[in-house]
Amino acid sequence: MGKFIIRRLLWMTLVLFVVSLITFILMRIIPGGPFTGEKRLPAATLAQLNAKYRLDQPLYIQYLSFLEGVIVPKITTGKQSNYLDHEYLINLRLPFGDRATFRWMNFGPSYNSIGRTVSDIFRDNLPISMQLGFLAFTLSIFIGVPLGIISALKRNTYIDYLAMAIAVLGISVPVIIMAPILQYFFGVQLKLVPVSGWGKPNQMILPVIALGASNTALIARLTRASLLQVLGQDYIRTARAKGLIERLVILRHALRNALIPIVTVLGPTLAYMLCGTFVVETIFGIPGMGKFFVTSVTGRDYQVIMGTVLLLAMFLVLANTIVDILYTFLDPRIRTD
Amino acid sequence: MAEKSTFFDPNQSYRLEKAKPTSLTADAFRRLRRNKAAMIGAMIIAVNLLVAIFAPFIAPYDYDTVFFKDINGTPTWVTKIFPGMKPIEQGGYVKIREGFLLGADNLGRDLLSRIIYGARISLTVGIITPFINLTLGLLIGLLSGYRGGWLDNVIMRFVDIMYAFPTYLLIILLMSVFRLGASKLEPGSFGYFFSRLDASMGGLLFIFIGIGLTSWMNEARLARGQVLSVRENEYIVAAIAIGAPNSRIIFRHVLPNIIGPLIIAETLAIPSYIAYEAFLSFIGLGVNPPTPSWGGMIADGVVRIQAYPNHAIFPALALFILMFAFNFLGDGLRDAFDPTLRGRE
Repeated sequence: MGKFIIRRLLWMTLVLFVVSLITFILMRIIPGGPFTGEKRLPAATLAQLNAKYRLDQPLYIQYLSFLEGVIVPKITTGKQSNYLDHEYLINLRLPFGDRATFRWMNFGPSYNSIGRTVSDIFRDNLPISMQLGFLAFTLSIFIGVPLGIISALKRNTYIDYLAMAIAVLGISVPVIIMAPILQYFFGVQLKLVPVSGWGKPNQMILPVIALGASNTALIARLTRASLLQVLGQDYIRTARAKGLIERLVILRHALRNALIPIVTVLGPTLAYMLCGTFVVETIFGIPGMGKFFVTSVTGRDYQVIMGTVLLLAMFLVLANTIVDILYTFLDPRIRTD
Repeated sequence: MAEKSTFFDPNQSYRLEKAKPTSLTADAFRRLRRNKAAMIGAMIIAVNLLVAIFAPFIAPYDYDTVFFKDINGTPTWVTKIFPGMKPIEQGGYVKIREGFLLGADNLGRDLLSRIIYGARISLTVGIITPFINLTLGLLIGLLSGYRGGWLDNVIMRFVDIMYAFPTYLLIILLMSVFRLGASKLEPGSFGYFFSRLDASMGGLLFIFIGIGLTSWMNEARLARGQVLSVRENEYIVAAIAIGAPNSRIIFRHVLPNIIGPLIIAETLAIPSYIAYEAFLSFIGLGVNPPTPSWGGMIADGVVRIQAYPNHAIFPALALFILMFAFNFLGDGLRDAFDPTLRGRE
């Protein structure tokens, strides 16, 4: 098991490295730089700006120094400088020395938002996106799984048909459709909840539903199919034959096995929730990470793109690794090596 | 049919009845035709297709004709279904213009015409992208599965890495590379040719490539798995034994036997491609304006959803209906061609 986890972690590092490399290359293929905007800067100014952000150095040095900033942790002592280059995402005060601090993950300054670093942007905006993502994720589990169970247990009844019709509907409706329609009917027409914004619980309802709907439906369908398959197994018949009450058959024998396939989709689902917030955030005016997805690319804000891609990729890979590990616990038949 | 006698009696002479032979495919299509939901889906798609093809004859106006005097003009029936929209005559703010069936947008363009022309984009993406993905995924999957060895390992690890990419970010990056990169090319170069081709297609070419490059992985994995399972069959061994060249084995023996599930998987993925295009147009990296795309119309309309909900809701409904139709058809196809999968997932 330990070996398995170590191997997965090594693989994760490699994946993140390749992802960052591909992103870096793609970014630099796009002509122009962060300072070649609509207003043309004098050549001297441009050269100075490029020199300040070290954009005049060879590409491989830029890439390596970026990697160094992100990967290599530092322990600093004494007073911290306010210089933009020394802004780390993770700052842990250590209990010894003169203000000794463990610092890790320096994504560098943002080129478009003057005076802010990528770490600042993450600190301000990422928690909002994560709240939204996690709430939608929770919604899809806590609605999707029970819906699937009810549907499977009441197979071929009207409850089943209704639930599955709703599920098909949910899967067919992407966020881009769901969000405006929800916003109009519940926000504008019925005035039940605010049309936009973030922070108050009633502002969260619509965005979370819009983001979570399709995955709720997906999980409901998956749960139903998986449970139906398990219910046909021999050990369920055995459990019933030995006189176990139905509730225990379902809870102890069927459900436990039926949920294994659900766990596999949870990793990608969580990742989707965290990455797919862009449309919801735009439509509902939520100040999350979403807008940086697009503005950083179109504005050639290299550090922000790299940081965002790396961070999201890290979530994705981490989620998948956790799922893999969880899987071996849930299903002992799966060998880790 | 010979269902009357359940026993085979060797003393009795049997006559083969002239039953119409039905192939697996014909059987599948029969099952498909009986599936009401799938047929409704197919019908909706057919109607959409007709609308898209004959858009210039059906649409009451051109999609980019601007009527300055009718900006945000709305017909009466629309103000009735959206109670918030009160006409000026009743103390509201909405200009009544009966000439526009669904209303006019904030630039004074007819919404209905734009939705009709928008069907072209969504349908083209829904029809062309699967072919691109199928080709790309099939080639890579066949190579990986049939060749095996280190190449297989490298390709599959690369697929794993691609899965770790945040898809939306990757597609935004790719589209920016295409869109912004194309603007700085010299005439005569290879890329310039592509960018001209893209411009002549209203920006669709890069959308195809972008979606293709971000979603071939599923197809490749599926194809590889299929190849691996087919490769061990006796007929492949026999083909190898009689010295058939690899190309013949791949295209005559392997391909026909693995293509079915791949086509079904692609059909099921069509709604997601349509959603991709809508997303790209939503963020402004999709088709070139003023070409109307439903995603772009939703993006334009959603900022005015409180005042003019029709600007966003109608294109959203159009997109919804088309995606629903493709979902129904895809589910029906899967059930028809692979009845063992019915009700699963």
